[in-house]
Amino acid sequence: MTQELRINNKKFIDQTNRLSFKFNGEKLYGYKGDTLASALLANNIHLVGRSFKYHRPRGIMTCGSEEPNAIVQIGNDPSLTDPNVRATEIELYEGLEAFSQNCWPNVKFDIGGINNLLSPLLPAGFYYKTFMWPASFWEKYEFFIRHSAGLGKSPTKPDPDIYDHKYYHCDVLVVGGGISGIMAAKLSAGNNNETLLLDDKNILGGTTIYQNNDCFTIDDNHTNYWLEKEIKNIKKIKNLTIKTRTSLAAYHGYNYLLAKENITDHLSPDERKGKIRQRLWKIRAKKVIIATGAIERPLIFNNNDRPGIMLSSAIKKFIDFYGVKTGKEISLFTNNDSAYETAISLKKSGVNIVSIIDIRDESSSKIVKEVEKHNIKIYWKHTIVNTEGYRRISFIEIMQLSDDGSGVIGKKIKLKTDCLGISGGWTPMVHLFTQSGGKLKFRSDDNVFLPDKNKTPSDQISIGSCNGDFDIKDIILNSNKYVKTFLGIENSPYDNIKVESSKEEKKKNIWLLPSDKPIGKTKPFLDFQNDSTAKDVKLALREGFKSIEHVKRYTTTGMGTDQGKLSNMHALGIIAETTGTNMGELGTTTFRPPYTPLTFGAIVGRNVGEFFDHTRKTAMHNWHVQNKAQFENVGQWKRAWYYPKNGESMYDAVQRESKAARESVGILDASTLGKIDIQGTDASEFLNRVYTNAWSKLAIGKCRYGLMLNEDGMVYDDGVTTRLGENHYIMTTTTGGAANVLSKLEDYLQTEWPELDVYLTTVTDHFSTISICGPNSKKILSKVIPDLDISDQNFPHMSFKNSKINGIKCRVMRISFTGEHSYEINIQSNYAKNVWEMCMNAGKDYNITPYGTETMHLLRAEKGFIITGQDTDGTMTPSDLQMDWIIGKKKFDFIGKRSLYRSDTIRDDRKQLVGLLTDDPKEILEEGAQIVEKLDQKPVEMLGHVTSSYFSPNLNKSIALAVMKSGKKLKGKKFFVPMENKNINVTVTDTVFFDKENKRLNA
Amino acid sequence: MFIINCPYCGERDQTEFSSGGEAHIVRPKQPTELSDDEWAEFLFMRKNIKGIQFERWNHSHGCRKWFNVVRDTSNDKIHAVYKMGEKPPVNK
Ligand SMILES: [Zn+2]
Repeated sequence: MTQELRINNKKFIDQTNRLSFKFNGEKLYGYKGDTLASALLANNIHLVGRSFKYHRPRGIMTCGSEEPNAIVQIGNDPSLTDPNVRATEIELYEGLEAFSQNCWPNVKFDIGGINNLLSPLLPAGFYYKTFMWPASFWEKYEFFIRHSAGLGKSPTKPDPDIYDHKYYHCDVLVVGGGISGIMAAKLSAGNNNETLLLDDKNILGGTTIYQNNDCFTIDDNHTNYWLEKEIKNIKKIKNLTIKTRTSLAAYHGYNYLLAKENITDHLSPDERKGKIRQRLWKIRAKKVIIATGAIERPLIFNNNDRPGIMLSSAIKKFIDFYGVKTGKEISLFTNNDSAYETAISLKKSGVNIVSIIDIRDESSSKIVKEVEKHNIKIYWKHTIVNTEGYRRISFIEIMQLSDDGSGVIGKKIKLKTDCLGISGGWTPMVHLFTQSGGKLKFRSDDNVFLPDKNKTPSDQISIGSCNGDFDIKDIILNSNKYVKTFLGIENSPYDNIKVESSKEEKKKNIWLLPSDKPIGKTKPFLDFQNDSTAKDVKLALREGFKSIEHVKRYTTTGMGTDQGKLSNMHALGIIAETTGTNMGELGTTTFRPPYTPLTFGAIVGRNVGEFFDHTRKTAMHNWHVQNKAQFENVGQWKRAWYYPKNGESMYDAVQRESKAARESVGILDASTLGKIDIQGTDASEFLNRVYTNAWSKLAIGKCRYGLMLNEDGMVYDDGVTTRLGENHYIMTTTTGGAANVLSKLEDYLQTEWPELDVYLTTVTDHFSTISICGPNSKKILSKVIPDLDISDQNFPHMSFKNSKINGIKCRVMRISFTGEHSYEINIQSNYAKNVWEMCMNAGKDYNITPYGTETMHLLRAEKGFIITGQDTDGTMTPSDLQMDWIIGKKKFDFIGKRSLYRSDTIRDDRKQLVGLLTDDPKEILEEGAQIVEKLDQKPVEMLGHVTSSYFSPNLNKSIALAVMKSGKKLKGKKFFVPMENKNINVTVTDTVFFDKENKRLNA
Repeated sequence: MFIINCPYCGERDQTEFSSGGEAHIVRPKQPTELSDDEWAEFLFMRKNIKGIQFERWNHSHGCRKWFNVVRDTSNDKIHAVYKMGEKPPVNK
């Protein structure tokens, strides 16, 4: 099959490798090396989508990441489909399937196109103005907007692709593989710098690699020939890493940069299998060289958005790089010399050039003279006032410009053309520089914002076109000079380079080109994707918007997926002109990362599914799994929650477990509690300072409960600490608080009390804890450790024994969080599952019942024991918790002591912990429910809330803990807990519901 | 994300550290002798400077040592790093 628009001598395209693809269902062909855009153009397809607001037909306009129109959906697999892909960037592969976005029912007949006819009714801010009111109509508007607009479809199923992250450190990072980037990479790597060169295209060389023009030579060869040789050479340099298809996404402080490498997006689905799709590079570079080039500007004139109207530089790339003619009768419209290079490229390839329309009075540069030799008609001092053609440009109408450029004069000339190249000068890509915190300066000669060398935050330079050099001679000489200085290089291979180019001498700029019609009757598009026109910007200014950021949001200029790369400058220019402000003072809108969109996949990398966060499992975890435990997440820990038997509900399981633990014996995996080993001659003094109670007199072998406060006097953590030796303690913390408690203790030791001889080591994972509780716990322990004398005299409550199980050392504490006679066996984690199973065997005759965290919570609530973080919320003092007994009033100081008698903490109307009983003992309160006194009060005063609530099987009634204003004084008083459809009557009680005399501890 | 030169380990990524707020706030030796206002001054009052700020940092995912940093909060430039107990190398 031959393609009549294809030239077959381009080495960047492999014409022996024909690829089939589908666009909107139609089967087409292209070649290896094509982008989707070049393949479509080779098939004479310009119309690829509809604009966002007016649904006007839009065509391929550029050849790069600045593309506003050719945005397609790739594939229709529900887990792999990819929206908002730029046809100008995606490389063609066998079987590629693409669909136009933003048109319904299809791209050629679009119902939304009626908005185009309604466009006088759709001015700037239309959506803000219209859909704001009435609010109740919003749902209807939203349906309309979402149905007729919207960009692309998200995949509906999980992404099966693999993404990767890579950390990379280098001396010098060069961003951009155009001519200046290549030079910089060679200079850097050639001078002993570990160098990384990134380029977002599939091959290096930027625009110079296909610049094949007699007007531009290096060392007497065409620039492309010279650059090709240069690229071959740098590939041999040892300490240079080159990554193509890798786009820089973000430039953060301290030269930390993110780049996305496309690994398989250009391969056919078969070739992709099992491979990583994209890799996010996290780069730390000592020095950064930005060589990101420039983007050609469009021109803003009436109906400048028709399919077939393209950037002149894009036409040149399509013909010189891809070998694709974008039309048969091409016109060029320009305000500078660049379009003349395109003209020569087209002429060489045998494309007919209808004419060149140039708004300048004349130009006598080398390249213009070259074009004149080809007898191409040039209309100097002319502008396009209108274009025709609905799905493809067919005619242009041109007129002569008035002397001041504000209007048009003379006769209208109509020219037939099927493709129009526009060239409005160049915009340096300063995005990365500004992302890094750099400030811009304005060059008024050609209206460009450039990096201000004096306002550069990190070790970096910008070179080449992104630094405002557009002439190849300037680019080469300046890049050489700047890189040498930046890297401290004395001699460069480029010092005696001979460069010839066509110097541009004449410049002229008109932001909004005039028409013979008044502006109200024209459509000069600024933002092609979001359909905002010069008219919209002017309207916004008339309505009082002054800040560029506000105008942007009001008109949505620059807010599309292309982020206004193409025409933000024109919006700025028009604002400056209309308001009479200097463009440099106006400044730009903020350039935010990412430069081009990043996939979520690349951002999260491998951290998906079970790798999203660490999961911590206890040594007995597999036993819990085998015994059908349901698990609860506590921080990163998986804790056994309850063990349902025979399809029991959670409620039934917890009731059964709670009863068994009090009636016979229960067993709990308490391994997740934080354990901190404390040693040193000042260990006792240290505990005195961090806990509210006194520790010096605690005998060796004894345990004590401690409450830890923040310096503000609020309860922070609690737990039992055991004195193992003269200078040796083991502290337990809550499961969730373990890491923070350790950090806090280390902080005090290192910064406030460095004189204390104390060492802290976390041993949470080293020891596992098995808690056996209930009247038969003694029997279990004596079976598991027969040698241990567990008489009350030898081993009383709140004491500890060193012991051995089958020769393995263990620590046994007699402590209780349930109010029952209980033991905790601490043993090295490797043996813990075995010991757990020994306990289960020993308890067979006593119906030993494994219980989970829910039962533990219920049992402690029966005893009125608090859980920090559930009954406390960082605003409760010990006194608020009715725990004044634990304050060592005689102690000189401890963390938080002084705060316990601040004016605020001694108020007696603070929220205080109370017990609550429902008048109906079957009624269970909801945790978090509010407590009120008067039901008819408006607004009703909320006195407190329920913090813990359970049905107690051991008391056969509902119990709850709550915090209430002045709670200590409320015992016996009645209140209401209002719920959605009833008010529950409650009475305030003591916080201890079960075994108030603590008889069972020694039962 | 900046790089912090831990005085014990050397240059490491910011993600390895946690910030501990303003530096050189000494815990009073005898808190019980302070008025509410004096205690509140220690407990609550912190500067939040745009510019040069003296801060505490902890190498929490490294050596776990606390140390001090002099940082310009307006551009994250770190001017000095010094150990706990040492005098600030730049004027405070
Ligand atoms: Zn360190």
